[in-house]
Amino acid sequence: MFTLQILANGVVLGCLYACIAVGFSLVWGVLNVINLMHGSFIVLGSYLAWGAYNALGLSPWASLAIAAPLFYVAGYLIQRGILNRVIAAPVLVTLTLTFGLDLILNNAMLLGFKADYRKLLLDPPLGSVAWGSVVVPVDRIIAMALALALTLALYVLLRKSRIGRAIIAVRLDRDAARLMGVNVASTYAAAFGLGAAMAGCAGVLLALIFPISPLSATPYLGKAFVVCVLGGLGSVPGAVLGGLILGLVESFGALAFGPEHAVTLSFALLILFLIFRPQGLLGKRGFE
Amino acid sequence: MMRRKEWILFGGLLLLAFLPLVGESYTLRLGTMACMYAVMAVSWNVIGGMAGYPSFGTAAFFGLGAYTGGVLLAAGSSLPVALGAAGALAFAGAMMLGAVLMRLRGHYFAIASLAVAEVLRELTNSATDLTGGGMGLNIPLGISGGDGVVTEATFYFLAMWGLLFIAVVVITMIERSRLGFGLACIRQNESAADMIGVNGTLYKSLAFAFSGVFVAMAGTLYAGWVHYIEPPDVYDILFAVKPIVMVLLGGLGSTAGAIIGAFTFLGIEEVVWRNYLQVHTGVLGFLVVVLLLFLPHGIVSIGRRVRSLRAGHG
Amino acid sequence: MAELMQLDAVSRRFGGLQALDRVTLDIGRGEILGLIGPNGAGKTTLVNVVTGVHRATGGRIRFEGRDTTAFRPYQAARAGIARTFQVVQPFPELSVHENVTAAALFCGANGGLRHARVVAGEQLEFVGLSAAADQPAANLTLAMRKRLELAKALAMKPKLLFLDEVNAGLNSAEVEQAMGLIQQIAATGVTIVLIEHLMKVVLSVCSRIVVLHNGALIADGPPSSIVSNQHVVEAYLGKKYAQMAAQAAGNP
Repeated sequence: MFTLQILANGVVLGCLYACIAVGFSLVWGVLNVINLMHGSFIVLGSYLAWGAYNALGLSPWASLAIAAPLFYVAGYLIQRGILNRVIAAPVLVTLTLTFGLDLILNNAMLLGFKADYRKLLLDPPLGSVAWGSVVVPVDRIIAMALALALTLALYVLLRKSRIGRAIIAVRLDRDAARLMGVNVASTYAAAFGLGAAMAGCAGVLLALIFPISPLSATPYLGKAFVVCVLGGLGSVPGAVLGGLILGLVESFGALAFGPEHAVTLSFALLILFLIFRPQGLLGKRGFE
Repeated sequence: MMRRKEWILFGGLLLLAFLPLVGESYTLRLGTMACMYAVMAVSWNVIGGMAGYPSFGTAAFFGLGAYTGGVLLAAGSSLPVALGAAGALAFAGAMMLGAVLMRLRGHYFAIASLAVAEVLRELTNSATDLTGGGMGLNIPLGISGGDGVVTEATFYFLAMWGLLFIAVVVITMIERSRLGFGLACIRQNESAADMIGVNGTLYKSLAFAFSGVFVAMAGTLYAGWVHYIEPPDVYDILFAVKPIVMVLLGGLGSTAGAIIGAFTFLGIEEVVWRNYLQVHTGVLGFLVVVLLLFLPHGIVSIGRRVRSLRAGHG
Repeated sequence: MAELMQLDAVSRRFGGLQALDRVTLDIGRGEILGLIGPNGAGKTTLVNVVTGVHRATGGRIRFEGRDTTAFRPYQAARAGIARTFQVVQPFPELSVHENVTAAALFCGANGGLRHARVVAGEQLEFVGLSAAADQPAANLTLAMRKRLELAKALAMKPKLLFLDEVNAGLNSAEVEQAMGLIQQIAATGVTIVLIEHLMKVVLSVCSRIVVLHNGALIADGPPSSIVSNQHVVEAYLGKKYAQMAAQAAGNP
């Protein structure tokens, strides 16, 4: 049935969206910083995968292993060096600051890579798989699986590792965490680094599916916003749920209203949620 | 009543009206943009500086005004009618939307105000019959009633200047009124303001409405001035961010600072545009970063800092 | 109407916690009512519900005959209900005088900014803060901040004034001063509800006392009857002491 195909598309898309958003949600939830560079990080990750494949013959799966530490370090340094100076400042300042940083990053990408869309085409192509009437390209399945794996890895990291627990502690009560001996500044930097790493890895995965260009940064960012508001901040399950909902809304919305309106639909949903349930489906009230 | 700085500013503003006597086409264009930027900045200051709510809604108001006015002008309305309609629609819309949106604080309010611009842009894009959609909207020449490039330029400069003047007068009156006092209280401690009898919802909605009405009218003038608009031009996210940067440049919280910031910003933008076109957004970004990290109180605070440095060594 | 305010089975629930449990209480015009109870009894919640900060989840509130259950804080303020906060909340960027002017401006009925400034000056003098009038409110000591809270509440020209722990953090001399002020305020006709932990204060100043425990009203009467009320002793000190006290009272 046609609906099943749309459903499948929506779920695949949803998992990717979850991966896009989970790093963004972490940074927003823990540092109370909306990182407007997130979209550009994703695009940069896509370029990394594209470049590594075309220049070095590295498969995208291998690029993941490079992207993660590279982006982590970059994110850590950016937070520690720049954002940390204004970490206590009002929302307006941090938001405008990351906007300014993103302008620089995006401009640099436009200069370096040009605005033309590029495609990472696997050679040989991986083909598609069919279940009944539902057809899904193999690269999407792999990307979806990896996206979920990465998201799960982050979840486990947050819960089990020392740095992860420090991040959660700081999120729950910054001053209490400090009193317990947690170095808040490096914890913030680590959280930001993780967010950047997730973005970079998401970019690598997305390179297989979507065209790559600096112009895609804003749409990715927009999706991250919507997922966070729908699913709730600072929670991995929230990002997954929000991602799935967005994926399904976009897929069915494209069917109902046409693909060009799918984005507007998601923004309208965003506004509705902001008005009626700003904490999202799985978030807790009171985190501004 | 008014401090010396404000008299100087008002004086400068009045003097600016005589620009057409000495300037030619290019200067007038610059002056018109400067006044437009200043309208955006002083308007943003009402919601962002006075009420303390970080609005990213300027793009929404500007685009709304550009298209409302533009469509009316294209259909043959006179400029005053187009301006009135744009202003009234923006004011009413903001009052209603404000009541709902301003229950949100901080980030959420910022995103919501930005999302409104996105939705409006898409709606404008889709309403092709009315607005021309993605193919843009043409606004006829000759609205100014004169011909020749210089008279057009003069007309639009004076119109934008007039709008700025009215905006400054109204907003200064607000600052000194009960509304202004109430907004200051809301900004500093919203629950305490509630407890002493301030109707927070009403005041915030009014602040949001005033932050939009003049911007919308500026949008209408812009549409008439450039003769051709497209949704991505007028609903540009940069229009949401630039007024914030201008106000931060000039020192948060004062109308005078907003005007100074706007004029300074335009100056920098022109210089960068003419010399570094390829990297001009990057330079803007750089400016923002430097400003926020090192001059959180705007360029007006440079004087204060220099003085205190000297005093330290004196 | 003799009763200024009537609470009729007022309840307030926060998730799983019943903070107020069917509180029925009348507040008479001109009295100084003491509201006491152990920590967490719901005293501040009661004030929050009456002033509109929280909406009652059950029951009705009537003020001067009007149903004010659904009133928002600014409506309660304009109707004539004022309160001070336990944790003082000034407007930090404004001066002391401007803080009080704000209260006078938005609540003191008509009159513009000028009139509000005059009223503010009067209240500042009444509480003894005139000297500090032009200082930023953020610079005040705790005792002075409490007086600022009081001045703001008075500038609202209230009919009913809730004072929430005005004496917390004050030394005994400051407490004496505060009590003197409160009695002067009552003398002008304002009805006062005093939330207090200091028994000495409550017993000496209040004409009537009500006791809250776990959100419910467990006693209501003149000071003498409250002190010997077994339920009250039990609420504060536990069953064992209450029994001991009852036994002691039984044996002359």
